[in-house]
Amino acid sequence: MKFKTFAAFVGPSVFMMLLFIAAPLVSVFIQSFQVTQPILEQVEVETCTPGFLTQTCTTEIKTVPVLDDNGKTVTETRWVGLQSYRNVLQMDKFWAAVGNGSWNDIMQIDFWKALRFTLSFTLLTLPLVIGVGLAIALAVNNATRSIRGPVIFISLLPFIITPVIGSLSIYWLFVGDGILTAMLERWTGTNISMFAQAWTIELLMYFYRVWHVAPFAFVIFYAGLQTVNMDTLESAVIDGASRWERLRHVIVPHLMPLIIFIALIHLMDCYRVFEEIVGFRSQAHVISLQWLTYDFMTPDDAGNRAISRASASAMLTMIGIVFLLILPLRRTWRDHKGSAH
Amino acid sequence: MFLKKIALAGAVSLMGSAGFAACSYENTTPIKSLSAGFEAWKAVTDAMAECGNFQAELDQEFRTKQPAAFEANPSLYQIGGVSNGTITPLLNAGTIRPLDDLVAKYGQNLSPNQLIRINGKIMAVAMMVNTQHLMYRSDVLADLGIDTPTTWDEVLAASAKIKEAGVMEYPLGATLKSGWNLAQDFNNMYAGFGGKFFNDDNTAAVNSEAGIKSLEMMKAMTEYTDPEVLVSDSTYVQQQFQQGKIALANLWASRAGAMNDEAESQVVGKVAMSAAPRAMDGGVPATTLWWDGIVIAKNISDEEADAAFRLAMEGLDSEMVKGANDAAIWLVEGYAPTEIAKGAIETATANPAPPAYPSTTQMGLLHSALGNELPAFFTGERSAEATLEAITEAYTTSAKEAGVLK
Repeated sequence: MKFKTFAAFVGPSVFMMLLFIAAPLVSVFIQSFQVTQPILEQVEVETCTPGFLTQTCTTEIKTVPVLDDNGKTVTETRWVGLQSYRNVLQMDKFWAAVGNGSWNDIMQIDFWKALRFTLSFTLLTLPLVIGVGLAIALAVNNATRSIRGPVIFISLLPFIITPVIGSLSIYWLFVGDGILTAMLERWTGTNISMFAQAWTIELLMYFYRVWHVAPFAFVIFYAGLQTVNMDTLESAVIDGASRWERLRHVIVPHLMPLIIFIALIHLMDCYRVFEEIVGFRSQAHVISLQWLTYDFMTPDDAGNRAISRASASAMLTMIGIVFLLILPLRRTWRDHKGSAH
Repeated sequence: MFLKKIALAGAVSLMGSAGFAACSYENTTPIKSLSAGFEAWKAVTDAMAECGNFQAELDQEFRTKQPAAFEANPSLYQIGGVSNGTITPLLNAGTIRPLDDLVAKYGQNLSPNQLIRINGKIMAVAMMVNTQHLMYRSDVLADLGIDTPTTWDEVLAASAKIKEAGVMEYPLGATLKSGWNLAQDFNNMYAGFGGKFFNDDNTAAVNSEAGIKSLEMMKAMTEYTDPEVLVSDSTYVQQQFQQGKIALANLWASRAGAMNDEAESQVVGKVAMSAAPRAMDGGVPATTLWWDGIVIAKNISDEEADAAFRLAMEGLDSEMVKGANDAAIWLVEGYAPTEIAKGAIETATANPAPPAYPSTTQMGLLHSALGNELPAFFTGERSAEATLEAITEAYTTSAKEAGVLK
């Protein structure tokens, strides 16, 4: 392809990526080293609050921001180096906890608690998604042609549901007196509280994520299965290879690039796990890195938001994703170089 | 054909809403408002809409939008619905205007109690008070011969009795959803134990005896609450009540009306309200007082402000209250308190009275720190002392970032 044609095709996309991905990323990167504060002053304020019949007025010293002549808040931006990262990581507490050898103490620090969950969530769901996706793909591929269409349609449904809605549905099914909990309670005769402890919540989260993402893996694998070399497969049958051996030695190697592709996408998506936390209201028990960033960003009633810590937390999340992707990317790179010969 | 029908239906419904039913004048300036979405706001904005040219945005997430929307010039909304918690960022940024002249012009029907004065200037007009108070199943308590509890110890004793009698497995409801709700319940209890939130130098003072006592009392509560209490918010507790699953809860007065909603509730007429329980003898009811009301944006023309305030007064008139008497504890003239308002009024008029929610920049930061750090205490991962320590540390970090602490 001529470079000009190539540029014309890629140009708009590169421009959009620079504008909507690169530029915000640079700004977040810069903000993670800065702190912007309003200039505050202490003033005596008399505030009157209505009771039901009469008001009570209190006079107290309040800390309020200074306003300039145009009525805008005067702010000051300072470079603080790695202070925001230190505030997020809390390394001093972390090392103290490591020194005590206390896992429980480490899990009291928000970032490390979130990292622990995010990593186990990402790494545990990965093989499950690939395995379940492949299983569905094989099953559909071997199904009679007449029912294939409906089966594909049904298998794809979980993927179509918006993640927040999906996780909310699971929450409603299993919370206190949800339909499924009520059924299980009647069946087992014991009181079941799925949202009362961390491990049951996590289990539901794994289940939900695999249920939600497996159809994506399925579609890709199903497409891949259509391109398996029939001659190789037939000669394997003639050689007396069992079903399992054919899968192990013919089909999986053929699908390997697709498996890497799904692993890449899944790692990126899963490391940013967020909907499950919000949908399951699991903040008391389980939090994720993305939720932590969101929590820093959310303004409280008085309008404060921790932008600097949110930026630092977002940068750390990005660094985490890069680390996770290095392994599969190296493999793709090697394959790519290998095929060039 | 189908499309035609829909178009027709739309046109008819538009015609219906455009009628200037009960408004005393016709509003010609386009006015928009942003407020929370609960029942009382719906009643008020519906009344304002009767004057025409008015668009109301009812959004429970209004608190995240309001500061930025009012800072725009011109402001995106003329009227804002606030509470004593959410007025703080608007006051701090100076994006709402003093209302003294407008009150003099249009506010003849307002009572002095409604005028929120900050440093002598009227900055908001309150329409209702809200507070958390005790709601209980009068039938269950009467059956077991339990008097209406007035202290938290009595609430716990009553819960134990109901549980022992086998009436309910988890007789106590609580809004302990981690985050804002849990932090607010701590604030209530802490106020009940006479705790002070801050030292004079803006450092947090919750790591105190009152803090420990509050946590212990709340832990004692969880013995009688549903095991999933850390995900239960006001709506969840309200539903537990409506479905007859709980007998006692310290819940918002604005939720009381739902108990007698025959479409949802199985316990119509069986839930009574009384003052919020005290945490200690001679103390204040363990709750905080809140108000909801309207503010007018600063970054709009004086004509718009005039029209907006006039419209707001039309929304806050006695006619509106008559139509929605039980939607809130109204401060507006013409309100006739009924049975369900009893608890809130007893709470607000208690002597000594509970404090108003102390809305300041620091309190916002402390509230977040409480919401994030308290859950570990209730899941049993951390002791009360360590939790209060962690709260103080989390507050210090964010207060330094916000510039409140040096």
